[in-house]
Amino acid sequence: MSPFLVGLALFVVYPVGATLYYSFTDYKAGSYLPVHWVGFENYRGLFQGSIFWTSVRNTLWMVLITVPLQTIWAIFVAWVVIRVKRGSAIYRTIYFLPAMLPIVATALAFIVMLNPVGPLNGLLAKIGISGPGWFGDPQWSKPSLLLMGLWTVGNTMILFVAGMLDVPAYYYEAADLDGANAWQKFRHITLPGISPVIFFSLLTGMIYTFQYFTEAFVASGAANPTLSSNDSIGYPQNSLLFYSSEIYRQGFDYFQTGVAAAMAWLLFVVVFICTVIFIRGSRRWVYYAGGTR
Amino acid sequence: MTAVASRAALAPRRRPLTARKVLYSVGNHAIAIGVALIFLLPFLICVVTSLMTQTEAGTGALWPKHLQWHNFSDVFTAMPFARDLWNTMLYAGLSMIGTVISSVPVAYALSRLAWRGRELMFMVVLGSMMLPPQVTSLPLYVVYSQLHWVDSLKPLIIPSFFGDAFSIFLLRQFFLTIPSEITEAARVDGAGEFKILLRIVVPMARPAIAAVGLFAFLYAWNDFYNPLLYTGNSSNSQTLAVGLNTLVKSAHQSAYQLQMAASLIFLAPVVLLFFFAQRVFVEGVTLTGVKG
Repeated sequence: MSPFLVGLALFVVYPVGATLYYSFTDYKAGSYLPVHWVGFENYRGLFQGSIFWTSVRNTLWMVLITVPLQTIWAIFVAWVVIRVKRGSAIYRTIYFLPAMLPIVATALAFIVMLNPVGPLNGLLAKIGISGPGWFGDPQWSKPSLLLMGLWTVGNTMILFVAGMLDVPAYYYEAADLDGANAWQKFRHITLPGISPVIFFSLLTGMIYTFQYFTEAFVASGAANPTLSSNDSIGYPQNSLLFYSSEIYRQGFDYFQTGVAAAMAWLLFVVVFICTVIFIRGSRRWVYYAGGTR
Repeated sequence: MTAVASRAALAPRRRPLTARKVLYSVGNHAIAIGVALIFLLPFLICVVTSLMTQTEAGTGALWPKHLQWHNFSDVFTAMPFARDLWNTMLYAGLSMIGTVISSVPVAYALSRLAWRGRELMFMVVLGSMMLPPQVTSLPLYVVYSQLHWVDSLKPLIIPSFFGDAFSIFLLRQFFLTIPSEITEAARVDGAGEFKILLRIVVPMARPAIAAVGLFAFLYAWNDFYNPLLYTGNSSNSQTLAVGLNTLVKSAHQSAYQLQMAASLIFLAPVVLLFFFAQRVFVEGVTLTGVKG
């Protein structure tokens, strides 16, 4: 236990406290300038800057659109796995694997696949559709990341499969006797049965997406190869500038440690508040077979 | 009488294959194959592109004229692939060992020992799972640079020897399913806590420990954020994830075929692990989710 306590103090408690302290100073990591206490100056500066709000808007787009769609898609894919009787293990393997792969490799593969003159647009052209610019077009760059997000729902899908298999078969048999159709069975038996997994999937998806960084960083860098990775953050036209990208840029490119610390703390507080609200709200729609827990 | 009744109830299930049933099964497989094609498409494109010439790869050709197998050996000269691979193996292997040996005792203390503050400590573990890495990385970077650890693998590996919240959580969930009678009996027989942990709990919890080790290995193998921060400026301790991103930024910026070949070598160990240990993956993922 004690190494863990040391680790907790070193790698969690101290950094969290230090970040809070930095956020009220003009500290610049790596410089020998004297550090001043600036009160809420860093926070005020953030709220007045337009780049900050761009990063907030883009991050909210990902949280509000990508996370629910990933959950719906994962439910659909799990439902496909459940319905197939023979060979379902093969399908499950194929659907699960992408979630385990390195994000950098996935992002590069999507950059190649979604290259404006690349293979997918080539296939689309064959059926008479002229494909968009994907990662090169500010209108299409976030939807391109959404596609990548849908490709990597394997973890959640596995949870939904387990959840669906846990629903007692006699519920369905009783519904069959009552003459329920497929949609009614899904709506009134499957959906309440997997509601704890839906809750878990939305919650973890939300927490992860608030911290969304690597996918966007690699994709922007690869779509804009002439500039360095740091200078390509947000490419094209800041459409992929996410909250964590901006923290990274302020902290480790501009070395505005105080500003980055203020952003990091805001993120922590917002994630915490959203989590509490979400858990509170979930009591109305999440059904636990064991009663209350 | 009862036998007849139950046989009558069972009868409809033994129905022979009807046309309707066959059609239903074909329909299910058709949907499943359609979805599988969607999931396989990026893989296929990645593999096919890795065998093209640069012109083919850059112009959206769907199939290479001649398979360019030398792309895979070219990767080793286009970037310091062997060195990056070695660093990645060090990072993944050592942090896997560190995570397992440090997290197992903590999970045991949180699930099997009674002590004041145990529930509070569990809440702290849950809370630190929620903590964005951005919140801790700014001061940690300062600390590591004062220790002269930056530009080495130390900031990546050493913290894993102090316990990992996610692993502790997963192991605790599993340890709770081990009947307490077993550990109690050993305690009555005079076994010390350490002996109970090593001789009884660890052998019983092998699937969960395997899952934690596997996830720790994969996390490190796939990790981009931490290597970018702590080894991004030093070519000597760079890992593959960062190296791949650098390849895109180098003179090979439009060499899609090399990027895809390098990506394939990079993800091959993950795919192999996955096929050999799929059960462990599935059980591990399930353990973190549904059983609350």
